[in-house]
Amino acid sequence: METFLQQIINGLVLGSMYALIALGYTMVYGIMNLINFAHGDVLTVGALTALSTILLLQALFPGMPGWAVIGCGLLAAITVCVTLSLIIERVAYRPLRNAPRLAPLISAIGVSIVIQTVAMLVWGRNYMTFPQLIPNTPIDVAGVTVTATKLLVIALSALVMVGLMLLVNRTKLGRAMRATAENPRVAGLMGVNPNFVIAATFAIGAALAGLAGVMLAATYSVAHFYMGFLPGLKAFTAAVLGGIGNIPGAMLGGLLLGLIEALGAGYIGQLTGGVLGSHYQDVFAFAILIIVLVFRPSGLLGERVADRA
Amino acid sequence: MKTLLPRLSQNRAAVWLGVVLIAIVLVALPFVIGQMGNAWVRALAFACLYVMLALGLNIVVGFAGLLDLGYIAFYAVGAYMYALLASPHLTSTFPWIAQMFPEGLHSSIWLVIPLGAGIAAIFGLLLGAPVLKLRGDYLAIVTLGFGEIVRIFLNNLNAPVNITNGPQGITLIEPIRMLGVNLGRAQEIFGLRLPSVYLYYYLFLALTIIAIIICVRLQDSRLGRAWMAIREDEIAAKAMGINVRNVKLLAFALGATFGGVSGAMFAAFQGFVSPESFILNESIIVLAMVVLGGLGHIPGVVLGAVLLAIFPEILRHTVVPVQNALFGQVIIDAEILRMMLYGMALVLIMLYRPKGLWPAPEHGVNPASRVGVAAAGRA
Repeated sequence: METFLQQIINGLVLGSMYALIALGYTMVYGIMNLINFAHGDVLTVGALTALSTILLLQALFPGMPGWAVIGCGLLAAITVCVTLSLIIERVAYRPLRNAPRLAPLISAIGVSIVIQTVAMLVWGRNYMTFPQLIPNTPIDVAGVTVTATKLLVIALSALVMVGLMLLVNRTKLGRAMRATAENPRVAGLMGVNPNFVIAATFAIGAALAGLAGVMLAATYSVAHFYMGFLPGLKAFTAAVLGGIGNIPGAMLGGLLLGLIEALGAGYIGQLTGGVLGSHYQDVFAFAILIIVLVFRPSGLLGERVADRA
Repeated sequence: MKTLLPRLSQNRAAVWLGVVLIAIVLVALPFVIGQMGNAWVRALAFACLYVMLALGLNIVVGFAGLLDLGYIAFYAVGAYMYALLASPHLTSTFPWIAQMFPEGLHSSIWLVIPLGAGIAAIFGLLLGAPVLKLRGDYLAIVTLGFGEIVRIFLNNLNAPVNITNGPQGITLIEPIRMLGVNLGRAQEIFGLRLPSVYLYYYLFLALTIIAIIICVRLQDSRLGRAWMAIREDEIAAKAMGINVRNVKLLAFALGATFGGVSGAMFAAFQGFVSPESFILNESIIVLAMVVLGGLGHIPGVVLGAVLLAIFPEILRHTVVPVQNALFGQVIIDAEILRMMLYGMALVLIMLYRPKGLWPAPEHGVNPASRVGVAAAGRA
């Protein structure tokens, strides 16, 4: 039972990060019908920027409190991610907006590779340790040990997601986003500037990716040039699981995927009698993706979008 | 040949002259390039393998319009099949196999090529069956996941039963022996010394030419036209009586066979295989070849594959000396630079030349006339 609760917590931590990343995918897909392949790499850049900022601050002001350092790192990460994402949108996606389906996707794959290699050049190929800035005393909750970082990740994700829901459902920008997703041309006739809305969507997604990147690096205390790729892919799976283009769906999908992965990795050894070990963890996400797409292509919360896929 | 050289097809003599000239160039090529070192001939042999891969992927992406990002999985399947059938790994791990083959496992190329093609085709069907209804970008992600699953399994199938030897990979793979010739050793023919790489180059060249012919014939066949019909408009194709399910499955299976054969050859050529060779980047490199050359246009795809396969060799010989001369040290690794340039190429090609460097002729009579991303992605 204790392993079970422990895995639930791990799953929630993982799931909140997936959810944050999945939101970026799902919002962009909802508006442009584009899988933003470079999203995971934006996350990488965010985490690495935060790392560099933190190391710099620690060197310059050794007395600075941990939360302030990580706050500055987060701010830097989000700024860089948003800028990068806006540049990508402008350079690689906007000219292809009316091009056939595969063109922007292939372009996105190219962007993803370019970012990866540039990150490799700037930060090197090695795994780097992400400093522990929040006191890591284990907190005992109902027999399960949780670190402050993990609790913070869950709480912050929940807060950001509530904020995002309010933004999308209650503000003028949110209404413009929903209108553009519905039909960009008609939205344009109603006085919405689609270029601005799309750029804003990318910016919001990138900010979430930056946040998730810092969380990811802080939780696992490691950062490297390739760190965003796999979580990016899994977050996309989460978005599909929840119903792509659907914002609550992305949150639900992310959390579910995190839970499934954590529980699966924890129990697969027992279930298969030791034949398959926890290193098959990564297979779960892809297997789920295939199963969902075969049996319910519109996802758990999505409405039927037969011709979108 | 007609589709390869549409304007010359009226003049048979000219066609044959061209074919003979090209053949002479291809046969003489290793002796010319070999002057610069055997590494270049090796690059040529790899170029042939990549042409086969690109042609296979072209069937799926270019002809049928199904974006496959896990194509390298079939290459992996072919490579591991050969590795297992022609190395001491299985006999040393399983005593009962050693009993069955007291002399050790040795596989003839005449067995390996059909087997590689067949097993890869089965994997192609395995991938194709669940994703039949998906289109465009969903398909891309699922195929990517499939490729990753295959790689993860290769990486981890060393326990509890050691099949793939995990991340270390399989070593001591035997070279190909055919017609009494061991391709792993230098041979003397008419007083001419042919190193092992030359022999492999000729074998791969022969296979590549067969692959090109198969592709051209497929493109002009009923099946090829069905693929293109599906690519243009699936619903319309269905209405015309095309069995979309079977035709798509055939695209996956036939595309995979090229990857399987190419992979088996790769294993024999390298002498060792490990999961490292089959990462996602490799799938993307093959995709870059197809896209750069011209989606759905066979000469373009061949051009793209040759260019991108030779390119790293050129980079390796220029980047390091140039940087040493300029900065006194190597700042950008040739391998990193290569991936970066490939990535940029994908973006730039999509922005400025979405039909590739050598696109299919726009107003031709052949069914491939409207090929290209422009058509491939219409959904």
